[in-house]
Amino acid sequence: MHRISGIHRNLTPRLSGIATVITPLSLAGCAGPFSTLDPAGPSAAGSAGLWWWMFTLAMLVLLAVVGLWLGAMFGAQKTGDDQQLRRIQQRWIIGGGLLLPWAAIAVLLAFGIPIGHKMLPLPLEGGEILRIDVTGHQWWWQVSYPGSGIQLRNEVHIPVGVPVDLHLTSADVVHSFWVPRLGGKLDMIPGRTNVLRLQADIADTYRGQCAEFCGLNHAHMQFTVTAHAPGDFAAWLTEASASD
Amino acid sequence: MTEHLNTKNEQLHQRLEKVWGNLPGWGALAAVNHTSIGIRFMVTGMVFFLIGGLLAMLVRTQLALPDQAILGPGVYNQVFTMHGTVMMFLFAIPVLEGLAIYLVPKMIGARDLVFPRISALGYYCYLFGGVIVVSSLIMGIAPDAGWFMYTPLSDASYSPGRGPDFWLLGITFVEISAISAGVELVVSILRSRTTGMSLGKMPIFCWYILAMALMIVFGFPPLVLASIMLELERAAGWVFFTVEGGGDPLLWQHLFWMFGHPEVYILFLPAAGIVSTVIPAFAGRPLVGYNWIVLAIILTLFVSFGLWVHHMFTVGIPALAQAFFSVASMLVAVPTAIQLFAWLATLWGGRVRYSLPMLWIFGFLVIFVCGGLTGVMLALVPFNWQVHDTHFVVAHMHYVLVGGMLFPLIAGFYYWLPHFSGRMPSLTLGRWVFWLIFGGFNLTFLLMHLTGLLGMPRRIYTYEAGLGWDWLNLLSSIGGFVMALGVAMLLVDFILHFRFGRRASVNPWAADTLEWATTMPASSYNFVSLPTVHSRHPLWENPQLPRTIAAGEHGLAELDHIRRETYGSDAITGQVREIFHLPSNSWLPLQAAVMIGLLCISLLLRLYPLAVFATVGAVLVLLRWSWHNGAHPRADPVDEQEPVDPPLHSRTCDGPGLWGMVVALMANGTLYAALLFGWFYLWTVAPRWSAPEESPLALWPLLGSGLLLIATVLVYRSGTRRLRAGNASQLQGRLWLATTIGAGHFGLLLSVLLIAPLSPRSLSHDAVLMVMLLYLLIHSGLAVLLTAMQALRVRIGYVSARLPYEPLVLQPFWTYTLGIFWLGFAVFFLLPKTFGAFAGGDL
Repeated sequence: MHRISGIHRNLTPRLSGIATVITPLSLAGCAGPFSTLDPAGPSAAGSAGLWWWMFTLAMLVLLAVVGLWLGAMFGAQKTGDDQQLRRIQQRWIIGGGLLLPWAAIAVLLAFGIPIGHKMLPLPLEGGEILRIDVTGHQWWWQVSYPGSGIQLRNEVHIPVGVPVDLHLTSADVVHSFWVPRLGGKLDMIPGRTNVLRLQADIADTYRGQCAEFCGLNHAHMQFTVTAHAPGDFAAWLTEASASD
Repeated sequence: MTEHLNTKNEQLHQRLEKVWGNLPGWGALAAVNHTSIGIRFMVTGMVFFLIGGLLAMLVRTQLALPDQAILGPGVYNQVFTMHGTVMMFLFAIPVLEGLAIYLVPKMIGARDLVFPRISALGYYCYLFGGVIVVSSLIMGIAPDAGWFMYTPLSDASYSPGRGPDFWLLGITFVEISAISAGVELVVSILRSRTTGMSLGKMPIFCWYILAMALMIVFGFPPLVLASIMLELERAAGWVFFTVEGGGDPLLWQHLFWMFGHPEVYILFLPAAGIVSTVIPAFAGRPLVGYNWIVLAIILTLFVSFGLWVHHMFTVGIPALAQAFFSVASMLVAVPTAIQLFAWLATLWGGRVRYSLPMLWIFGFLVIFVCGGLTGVMLALVPFNWQVHDTHFVVAHMHYVLVGGMLFPLIAGFYYWLPHFSGRMPSLTLGRWVFWLIFGGFNLTFLLMHLTGLLGMPRRIYTYEAGLGWDWLNLLSSIGGFVMALGVAMLLVDFILHFRFGRRASVNPWAADTLEWATTMPASSYNFVSLPTVHSRHPLWENPQLPRTIAAGEHGLAELDHIRRETYGSDAITGQVREIFHLPSNSWLPLQAAVMIGLLCISLLLRLYPLAVFATVGAVLVLLRWSWHNGAHPRADPVDEQEPVDPPLHSRTCDGPGLWGMVVALMANGTLYAALLFGWFYLWTVAPRWSAPEESPLALWPLLGSGLLLIATVLVYRSGTRRLRAGNASQLQGRLWLATTIGAGHFGLLLSVLLIAPLSPRSLSHDAVLMVMLLYLLIHSGLAVLLTAMQALRVRIGYVSARLPYEPLVLQPFWTYTLGIFWLGFAVFFLLPKTFGAFAGGDL
């Protein structure tokens, strides 16, 4: 249960409303170590919230369209003069073909753009942000903490409750870094560095995997992200740099 | 009286059949007739569909339970790559093209497409290319880098086997077929409609096909270019997509999706065309909002070229660009919704007869609307970042493609079955097939959305138990097998149909379009006489048309010669302007395809001398092909008896050849534009772009070559200008002069290439430049060769003041060659000089 309260603590009231919707659903099978519907950070919560809104709207549209279709197919033939009939039919096209999609697009963008904006790795007001470098290899993850000399394989450690920036690149083919419960994926491309900002709100170990097909052992290219409580993270950092 | 009439009809039929029929026995391989070719495309496509379906069953077997090892990762990767490749390139596009090739002439009241030999060439390229691609699977060396072949995974260091070569060469071969069919359909729809069929009276299906064909013309060339570049990188080590040396793997992704996204609409548009044709027939009312739908088609055509980046939202492109492509992707919902509500309004206003095709249309509606809705969701970038490359996308894609393409296609098959067989489909069996496929499909893919949301990435060959994916995958697999059972019953239904189906009456669905005025099954020439059309609904307006057409009461019924003839008409108004005489059965398409196939195989085996031989062979066959044109005795020798009003097209200045040339150049120009895109992209975006200090091209020979090219084109144009005015007195001399100066231009350009210190294996800059120079050389060389041939034809008398057709077809090619030379000069020489690309170093 503390997972849900974690979301409550860190999200805007609007999203917490969504979280109450998610609660029963996650109990009914939306949970799982890779589930995007069981978010544990603001980015993932934003996407999950978007999904539930879009899912609801889409169901309404689908039911309406299928209902109209069945009505049109099995209803009696319309009587009335051609002029009148044509006017009504024009209204169908203008209402359903023009107004409906434009309205839907406007609503989607109104919700989607601010949520997407918050996921971007924009400069923070409150100073430095922890940087972690991750390089994809066929088929493992090389993780390093610049400045500390820490080098890890297939595991990432982060502090809980604050954003971190992952600088992603690849040593061979295209991979994609993805921790579904924390946020969206970002590709790792040879010759480039992409920056992904993630934040975990609960101290836990999260699972990640390569999302871009990268050859023979793509299915087994997995890793973990361990989120430590602030004090624990400092301790881990000291210990890890010492042992290095 | 009736008996007398029947005898007369029978005589007409016999005479036409003698001219239009295929050769007996093995001679059927020389067939060029659109009915035969269209059916061959569709049957071959269905075979590939079964192969692709079998691969899908292997995938579902492997994924049914966690931690299975029925297929190892190596085999699994081949299987899913080939499933996508076969379904997209060898089933979906060819089958729809086949349907269009079969139907379009019948709908527009023509006897054949305008370039029948091209149809046959296209078919053989498709068949041979498909066999080459699938053979790799049998040998166990199939491509395994995913059907979009992302680099560097598909390059020589990470895929050292031959798999990607099979894909790149085989699929390019198949694309020749797609593009040639595209060109042919555009010109046929625009120029060979029966008299009176203005654009506004054209069946809506033909609008859809016109848009599809144009999209093929503009959509495929970027992939052809990308495939050539990747093959050059793999086989010769030229740098395009490797970071070292200044390439960029993202260039492949851009070029691939510039094709890949329009591709979705290339598949959807003809399918929507089927829906727009079937619904009015069963509603018994004209389609509501014909003009709206035409507008929606044109909108789709344009918008679909501006969305390719939505396949790449996770590669880390700037947020503003993502927002732009996100909105553009959502905009596609507008034309789709217009069509949807026009269909609804049509049904609403009519009295709908319930029938098998309508059942499939209903299935289409449910599935496609779901796929459209998840499509809008995917266009929303923050959501896309989560579900991209998961099973959610797999589910979405199958909803769009199966719902948006397969269901309407099956609806169309049932609808047009009487046309192929002369029999009616059975409702009982058909219902079973529908519910099995519909139920199985939804069980498989509806659940798969959730599998994706629970985090299962696509393209993994196995997964561990307990991640929440177990029961979903098991049910998806069960659904897959139910669907397969449905497909098996569909086959049984088709076979039983041809054996036991009830005989169909004339125009069995009481439809409005001209294809129902032919005999059933259709004859080789479609129509004994070509009717005049006064409205969009010729058969509703005049239900007697099938009878009067068969009785020869309309145009072009007299036949005292052995020419295959159909009307050539004005592109807008549909008024008859000339008579197209079409080539008869020919072995040239098969010979040309065999040579191109040999080229493809020799490149696969890296036997380059054989490749040279095959190229020369292919060019010779194609030259022979174009030799047998116009007034050549095999085509239509000059004859005092020939019609003058309207004249034969080869006696005019604006025949289908010119239109075909212009449309083909549009495809060619798109390829060139993609090359320029690649140049600018690498120059500005590639992480380690570097260029030499000075341009490696020698300025003066290059300028000299360009000036000679200008001179050539001026001489050529002066010749054709006089020819147009009816004066051919100095034509031969001018053509020889153009050949000579053109050869000088070619030689100088070749010397520029030979003396340039280019190292395409280490520098991306040089590799792109080399491709550009080779592209220019191929065009110049070909233009010179064809001009010499025209000069020879003037000498023999196939081209003259009375026969001005061919030099005018070649003229746009020269103009194009001139254009690409100077554009290339500006972009590859002047611009870098001005903006300092030659300064070298990173940007």
